[in-house]
Amino acid sequence: MRPVRSRRYKNARFLSLTVTAVAAAVLAAGCSSSGSSSATGSSSTGSGSKPPLVIGASLSLTGDFSADGQAYEKGYEFWADQVNAQGGILGRKVELKILNDNSSPTQVATNYQTLINADHVALTFGPFSSLLTAPAAAVAHRYGYAFVEGAGGATSVFAQKLNNVFDVSLPVANELDPFTTWIASLPASQRPTTAAYPMANDPFATPQVQRAQSTLQALGIKTVYSNIFPEEVADYKAPADDVAASKAQAVVLGSTDVPTVSSFMTAFEQQHYNPKIFIAAAGPDQGSAFTSAVGVKNADGMMVPDAWYPGSSNSLSKAMVQAYVAKYGGPASAINADIAEAYSVGEVVDQAVTHLGAVDNTKLISYLHSGVTFQSVQGPVRFNSLGENLVATAYIFQWQNGNFVQVLPAGDPGSVKILYPKPSWGS
Amino acid sequence: MAHQIYEAIADGILGGGVYALMAAGLTLIFGVLDIINVAQGILVIVGGYLSYVLSVHLHIDLFLGLLITIPAMFVLGLVIHTTVIRPLRGAERTSMSLLACFAVAIILEGVLYWIFGANNITLKASYVNASFKVAGFYISDIYVYCFILAVVLVAAIYGLLYRTTFGRGVRATMQDPIAARLIGIDINRVAALTFGIGVAVTAAGGMAYGATSGGFNPNSGYDLISRLLAIIILGGLGSIGGALAAAVFMITVESLVDIWSPNWAIVVFYAALVIVLTVRPAGLFGRRAVRAQ
Repeated sequence: MRPVRSRRYKNARFLSLTVTAVAAAVLAAGCSSSGSSSATGSSSTGSGSKPPLVIGASLSLTGDFSADGQAYEKGYEFWADQVNAQGGILGRKVELKILNDNSSPTQVATNYQTLINADHVALTFGPFSSLLTAPAAAVAHRYGYAFVEGAGGATSVFAQKLNNVFDVSLPVANELDPFTTWIASLPASQRPTTAAYPMANDPFATPQVQRAQSTLQALGIKTVYSNIFPEEVADYKAPADDVAASKAQAVVLGSTDVPTVSSFMTAFEQQHYNPKIFIAAAGPDQGSAFTSAVGVKNADGMMVPDAWYPGSSNSLSKAMVQAYVAKYGGPASAINADIAEAYSVGEVVDQAVTHLGAVDNTKLISYLHSGVTFQSVQGPVRFNSLGENLVATAYIFQWQNGNFVQVLPAGDPGSVKILYPKPSWGS
Repeated sequence: MAHQIYEAIADGILGGGVYALMAAGLTLIFGVLDIINVAQGILVIVGGYLSYVLSVHLHIDLFLGLLITIPAMFVLGLVIHTTVIRPLRGAERTSMSLLACFAVAIILEGVLYWIFGANNITLKASYVNASFKVAGFYISDIYVYCFILAVVLVAAIYGLLYRTTFGRGVRATMQDPIAARLIGIDINRVAALTFGIGVAVTAAGGMAYGATSGGFNPNSGYDLISRLLAIIILGGLGSIGGALAAAVFMITVESLVDIWSPNWAIVVFYAALVIVLTVRPAGLFGRRAVRAQ
């Protein structure tokens, strides 16, 4: 029996070594940012003796939202760098503690429990996506933490009626309003007569497309396709082919990421189907991540709603873009909109805490609800009782000859002429 | 409507080829080693990234690049087998292998994130977006090429299994490892080579997935593994041809249901699995049938 036991012992030992190696590899490679990460800005005058201001956040560094989650991490860290270079907040250096939630609504709740109860962070910033913001905000609410976020603008987040949620970005449901307003402004002869509405089963994507659908239907634009498709699938060829078969003149896609839009675009091209209008809820706003996936030529004419773009005339945005390019290099057009959203979260908290002169979540919640207007790289921010940003402006952007430009609202000083109808694929 | 149905059937058949490329290695490995390689999804993604590197940095055509990526993945398979799978022995081997393969998946995912980051990438070639018209609807070139590749690879694996000495050793090991050892077959060598071949085939699956999906990143493997497992269970664990037949069947059913409801399509995908297994518990080409060949 001894040899058997010895072999079993060796197997068990091997397994334990394997598990240890896995843990080490995960920590070293995949989840290098899943522990705490400190902002690296230069230390400031007067901040030497004060303890750091630790801000906790859970982000999707892996999983389905990892592309956006990692962009958010970069945005938070870039903001911390900038604010530390200015002396920190109330003379305290900002230190970020970021945990990885693997894009899981369950894990994100656990992470905020950990950040608040075990790590005793002073403040919390929100995660990426409405899907994760809703459970995370409930945890923060339980412990009286203000929950300022930039990617939880879906109706389902505000429907919880939590007094601690503050979304610095545009409420999701209204994002397509400038688009439908523009369609309504077109002479009847120029309007599309049919439209298709494929939507990902996601609280971010569905409400805004359904709102656009009801508005366009009221204008007499016939709905020839309207379906919700599951989000976590390996490809979207089947629903994309169905939309192509409908031959809709306008496509309003409820997408959440680049692969969804890319998949529809590829299928449309394969089907030799080119709608006159193609607008997606998310994806085309991802800068070079989008154009590298679909190709610059195919991107021409693609539209997306958002509240920010790198060419914004907002002075805070200009300064951020300049500093970002100086730090990371690359063209301004490659900057992901997630960076600006995350950065705005930091700006609003910075202004509020600085005004209060203390880090107190109860006072912070009251102050954020007071109706005061904050300034951010995305524009002004003022919250209503639900935490929605009342003064955010919805814009529609479009890719034109490799440039990401603002096209709506029409007549806005920053808007250029919309490319309509959309050029054919690859032209 | 008839037009859409024909198109969905064509999509299902051709799309099934892509899934067969991804699932073939999984079922081959199970057939010989009695191991459910849950790292198969991430190995598909590794194959996709290898094709990406060759395509973008060395400008090698996606299909031509398989001449490099298939041997590279074969070596990776040998390394995984030697360092992780082979040391597992005893009664708990199968259950331990699940944990070990999951560990491999996590390590590979971490390495890919480290090297490539989280941004989604796509595989590009002139034929990826191209299509041709047949009977009033368009068939995409890339799906046709991938389907042909799937048939060729499945035939090649069959040839290897039924026309070579090594194949006889593999089949003997599948039927009875102890008896195979008694007649002089080095079952460790057979297992290592089979694992290597199973992972090597995945290189083709990764290229096909990368070229037909809207994009992928290191996390994308998790979206694949449940579907791949469903396909090899339906096809009959260990049956290469069964994997191709099951992939075609399930993707066709999914495409057809998608016409009416995309949300229900994914449910029907798994419901079809349950229904078929109720009638044929060993799958379409169950293991007993395979071993009787």
